[in-house]
Amino acid sequence: MADTSHGTGGLSFDKSKKTWPSELNILLALVIIIVLFEIIGQVAPYMRGQSFLFDTKDRFDSIFNEARLKIIILQVAIIGIIALGVTQVIITAGIDLSSGPLVAATAMIAMSLAQTELVNGFPNPKAVFGTWAMDLPLVIPVAAGLLFGAIIGAINGMFIALFRIPPFIATLGMFLICRGIALWWSGGNPISFPTASYAFIGSGMMPVVWFVLLAIIFQFIMSFTVYGKHTYAIGSNEEAARMSGINVKRHKILVYTIASTLAAFAGVVLSSKAVTAQAGMGEFYELFAIAMAVIGGISLAGGRGSIIGTVLGAMVIGVIRSGFTYIKLDGSYQLIAMGAIIIAAVVLDQWRQKNTASR
Amino acid sequence: MAAKKYSFAVGEKGFLMDNVTTSGQSDVILETQGLTKHYGGVHALESANFKLRKGEHVAIVGDNGAGKSTFVRQITGVEQRTRGDIIFDGQSVNFTGPLEAREAGIETVFQTLALADDLDVPDNIFLGREMTKFDWLGPFRILDYKGMRQATIDGLNRTAVKIPNIRNTIRYMSGGQRQCVSIARTASFHSKLTIMDEPTAALGVQETTQVEAIIKALKQNGEPLILISHNMRQVFDLVDRIVVFRRGRICGNLRREETNPQDVVAYITGAKTGKEYEATAL
Repeated sequence: MADTSHGTGGLSFDKSKKTWPSELNILLALVIIIVLFEIIGQVAPYMRGQSFLFDTKDRFDSIFNEARLKIIILQVAIIGIIALGVTQVIITAGIDLSSGPLVAATAMIAMSLAQTELVNGFPNPKAVFGTWAMDLPLVIPVAAGLLFGAIIGAINGMFIALFRIPPFIATLGMFLICRGIALWWSGGNPISFPTASYAFIGSGMMPVVWFVLLAIIFQFIMSFTVYGKHTYAIGSNEEAARMSGINVKRHKILVYTIASTLAAFAGVVLSSKAVTAQAGMGEFYELFAIAMAVIGGISLAGGRGSIIGTVLGAMVIGVIRSGFTYIKLDGSYQLIAMGAIIIAAVVLDQWRQKNTASR
Repeated sequence: MAAKKYSFAVGEKGFLMDNVTTSGQSDVILETQGLTKHYGGVHALESANFKLRKGEHVAIVGDNGAGKSTFVRQITGVEQRTRGDIIFDGQSVNFTGPLEAREAGIETVFQTLALADDLDVPDNIFLGREMTKFDWLGPFRILDYKGMRQATIDGLNRTAVKIPNIRNTIRYMSGGQRQCVSIARTASFHSKLTIMDEPTAALGVQETTQVEAIIKALKQNGEPLILISHNMRQVFDLVDRIVVFRRGRICGNLRREETNPQDVVAYITGAKTGKEYEATAL
């Protein structure tokens, strides 16, 4: 239809206003950061010509330093699972601060139902419940954890959608409540010694498998289903969504429920990976999850961003963490750099909005 | 989630049926009796008696603050009336929100466009009533992008709306294009009544022509319309009947053939008042 627009007065269309997908920007940033680390590794005298990305000592079959690549993605996979849910919340122009403590509370609840009765022939020293709760089938602790997450999410959503509590406040309250539940569940004691099947969920590269699998599923859902379309519509113009007949309240409750269920699953994976659950787990996870989404181009104003963006945002955080360790810089610098990148990402988002809000 | 079935009217056979079948029941689609709205002490609308027949296009004119938009907001359920009755399609109705009015078959183009900036044209047209596949998936049912895109192109072609690239987000479109999308959306579904509140107020000449073409298409298809407009030329081009509001009251009910722009202005300014309204006029 492009040619029919000629000579139709105000209906000419400026093709240059077509933006390229913001995911490409993040991918570009990711590549630049990797190249920077590579250059520092090659040039800085104290690095003695090491490589960030490549296998210089011939330890692996491929040309890449597989160990580093694995660590990069493994250390962001669990928070990445949370970020998939937070992404959806932010697309509705909301926020979820409760995910970190929810991870801890879920880890405690799930682990307490996943304990094994005998450890090396002796009764489990960390037993929370009696023998009835020992060696239960895998589905019980996992289902209990996910159900707990879903309930917390539904409560978040109800306060936000029905009582119009600002998402920041509602989830901040839930942040404290979940940390309290995590502490209360076992009186502050760690819970350990899970069954072999439970320990498998987070073993080895399994967190990455879950992260990638869930990312693919939710990218599909956000792009190709009514759920995804309504999520974007609500974030883009809530009033228009309501006028169009979307049940905005019900949809928001669903989004927060899904987000918290994903965070709960992250709690299950984390406790399985650590083979223990502690009330202090998941500290700052909610903030890192939000950071991944924001770096990944999810607009805090709602309506824009994608799961792919968040996955790339997670990769940026993973690369920076790994890279700073690689160039032997202290953890304090990591935090400073990451903070700067988060702010830069938001500034870029604002700048993009300003430049594209043409009428 | 109960999947609602909407038929996308434009481009379908059903839409090309002969005009207005007024046989059977009443041919009145909308009637208000003593419709009144007070905002505190302000009497924005006072005892409005209004009738719209099937297939009829009526313009509502009047000065700013005459009660035109207030009248529309009561009918579309955006606000709740103080008193009076609204009879729509033979039934007394009491809409608690715009959604109910829409489900009953009243489509409205509001002055503030209800569009989602970050979605493209088909997404906006079908927002809240998407074409879907695999409906058993509930909220996760799959969108039929291809079907919606094709239906949008058909619909835009039929209503003569030109939008170069419907896959661009609304954010990047001009005011006129946005208005066209908004109207195409209203015109795209089988509605029993369409209401447009100043649809061309912010548009250029070319865009206004397009909107007027859509309205004419509605007329040909026998769909009733209430048009709020300040544009006298437009009113005389498009409608069958002109209802004049002044100070919250209806003060004139004029057939287009029996009046002229000067006459209508006289009613708007209060120089003239319809005989049947003299008793209540201020």
